[in-house]
Amino acid sequence: MNGHEDTPAAVSVDTFSERVVARVARGARFCGLFASADSGGNRLTAVLAEGNSLRSEVTVVPDTTEGFPTLSTELPSASWYEREIHDLFGLKPLDNASLDPLVLPLKAGSKYPCPGSGEPASPIEIDPTPSRTRLLGEGVFTIPYGPVRSGVFESVEYVVETPGEDIPYVVPRVFYKHRGIEARFDGTSVDDGVLVAERYEGVASVAHAIAYCTAIETIAGVEVKEAANFVRIVHAELERIVNHLESVVRNTEAAGQAVAYARLTLHKERLQRLRARLCGSRFGRSVVVPGGVTGPPRLDSNTLLAGLDGIEKDIRSDLSLLMSTPSFIDRLRATGVIPPDLARQHGAVGPVGRGSGQVEDVRFTRPYSGYQLLGHQLIEPRIDGDALARQRVRLDEIAGAFHLVRQAIDRLSELAVDDADWRVPVELANGESISGKSISGEAIGWAEAPQGELLYLVTVDDGVLKRVKPRSASFHNLALFSAAFPKEVLTDFAFIEASFGVSIAGVAG
Amino acid sequence: MPWIPRGLHDGVVTTRYPRRADGYGEGFHAAVDVEPGAAVDDRAYAAVTACPTDSISIAGSTTGGRLHLDRGRCILCRRCVDICPRAFRFTSDFEVSTQQRNHLIVPDLEEDDATLARTRDELARRVRILRRSLHVRHVDAGSDGADEWEVAALMNPIYDVQRLGIYFTASPRHADLLLVTGVGSLGMIDSLAETFEVMPEPKVVIAAGVDAISGGILRDGYASSAGVTDLVPVDVLVPGNPASPFGLLHGILLAVGLLKESRGHAVRPSTNSKASVEPK
Ligand code: SF4
Repeated sequence: MNGHEDTPAAVSVDTFSERVVARVARGARFCGLFASADSGGNRLTAVLAEGNSLRSEVTVVPDTTEGFPTLSTELPSASWYEREIHDLFGLKPLDNASLDPLVLPLKAGSKYPCPGSGEPASPIEIDPTPSRTRLLGEGVFTIPYGPVRSGVFESVEYVVETPGEDIPYVVPRVFYKHRGIEARFDGTSVDDGVLVAERYEGVASVAHAIAYCTAIETIAGVEVKEAANFVRIVHAELERIVNHLESVVRNTEAAGQAVAYARLTLHKERLQRLRARLCGSRFGRSVVVPGGVTGPPRLDSNTLLAGLDGIEKDIRSDLSLLMSTPSFIDRLRATGVIPPDLARQHGAVGPVGRGSGQVEDVRFTRPYSGYQLLGHQLIEPRIDGDALARQRVRLDEIAGAFHLVRQAIDRLSELAVDDADWRVPVELANGESISGKSISGEAIGWAEAPQGELLYLVTVDDGVLKRVKPRSASFHNLALFSAAFPKEVLTDFAFIEASFGVSIAGVAG
Repeated sequence: MPWIPRGLHDGVVTTRYPRRADGYGEGFHAAVDVEPGAAVDDRAYAAVTACPTDSISIAGSTTGGRLHLDRGRCILCRRCVDICPRAFRFTSDFEVSTQQRNHLIVPDLEEDDATLARTRDELARRVRILRRSLHVRHVDAGSDGADEWEVAALMNPIYDVQRLGIYFTASPRHADLLLVTGVGSLGMIDSLAETFEVMPEPKVVIAAGVDAISGGILRDGYASSAGVTDLVPVDVLVPGNPASPFGLLHGILLAVGLLKESRGHAVRPSTNSKASVEPK
């Protein structure tokens, strides 16, 4: 059975880190570490992927203690999670040497926002003075890029540290855009929650809505109807195609391939318009809701399929010319290499992982939303680990996504769908669930966003959201960013950034 | 060079907007319209309560009151439209940018004509010089990431804003127009102010999308400023969540005085007026 095991009993703080590290040593993939306020302390949950299921380790850090033993000495991929927990909860990972602010450089004396604590976060002040992740030695100079970028990009600052002859080191500073959106879930209704999820990482609204809703549906114990699942897949796969195109577009922009840039942005726009014709929104918003979808695609299947055929043909033709344009390929080859070993240790997800030898794609390894009903081919991972490998993965996935959309549309047109089938109730109007009591409980939902595995840890209390913690693939993967830099930081920068395909909104929260 | 024939192919796709009407077609959710005089019955009342951003209000008494909807807050979630289609419906008309915050409230509120004319004239005077070509500096002040896609789309061959003499620039010192997206995250307040400061006069500011106008769904967020209107002097507001490329283009042309506010119905300059920022 693929899925998520029930939440285990909490273990003592002293053994927590050891247990997590031991699981990783036995082959588990570390997916993240998360905190939430609990009675008398803070609860920590480490999520691990073992085989085709997720497992958690849980501990409670009592208010009376200063913190918890760090995981990141043994498990470097835990470092960003520990910094985030420190920023938002003031909880110290003891002996973590690099506790620089990551998402929120709180001014001394400001109250920690503690999302999920049940108390409305009070106004805060921040102190964005530059900090240093690494100790600066003699002859080290730093160059900040951002947070306002030279182009139409999301705000983020990359501090490039150049220690003499050594390999430069790039420190992403994402807190500029921290919106505190996680706290927006607190105390809202299950139905409102999906609107927040859609805006957490707006270029992947559909994936966020699906991951959030599957957690809610697990808690409520309802099964989404087949037809609704196929509608979700149509929107999710179109979202994947445009996101992957966007990554390629940014590569062509960086390489000065003006015609390819124009052609691919044109196709991307055509797809965004097609998405708008399906649901009114160019980002597939307000389609996925707890219990199903708000309705079927608004185009009949023949028009939709014909539209897709035209766009796919043009995309395929332009991409194949692009992949045989040597001046372009040369810029990506051997650029921004993440060796497979490192990708495995870090648990890199999505195209970043699959460009470096990792196979996992949760659409197929932990199927949700009816993906198991459609034919697919797991794409062959690439092992070169460079920007070219990541781009090849994306091109394969674009082809695969078109294939899945078509199958979903076909299956949908074969089903006799009752109007009530689009959305099954998870709560009755008076806040009661169909089983006769308000829904309460916790669950992890997931989806393969275009950026990679997306997780939603959701706790509902009496029909109201108590705590929702999204873990975007962007957050997990950006932690690997600095490892991708060779000596030539400046010439390769744009390609490395484009090939990571990260949304800063999804990192900063 | 195999790319050249493909490049030549692009010419035919570009929109003729603003000379000709264009858009995303029926069914696109550009904004919500309110049926003027719609009764405030149980359905309408249910829509008011269901709105996740408190965008709908009832003026006057609850019975016999009037419904107003604030497009500066509306995230287009479609609940009101589903609950009470008699009073609320989507419009695909994207020409919904305004120069004043309260103009985003539909149906129109009573207004002071003199103030309105003053604001319009003041902006018109300031921007006259900008009509030849316009350099735009975009700043993300805490967006959800989708806004940037829509802004960047203005450079694709369909919108191709360079044909209108509109250029995006990396340098604020060469920028005439500041296009701001996002809720005004605390971390971006200083950078936003600095960018505005170093821009030469005359300059105009656009708040793009409801996040920038009001904070959107994060109006009360601990790290948001409920939009950017208190952070920089905003001249034009473009609703939408995010604002669509056509909506942004309308907002930009409104900001430089080449289009007028439509206030509920599209106002197009007469066909022989030069409705474009032509280079040279
Ligand atoms: S569509 Fe806009 S006005 Fe209507 S309920 Fe949603 S946010 Fe409120």
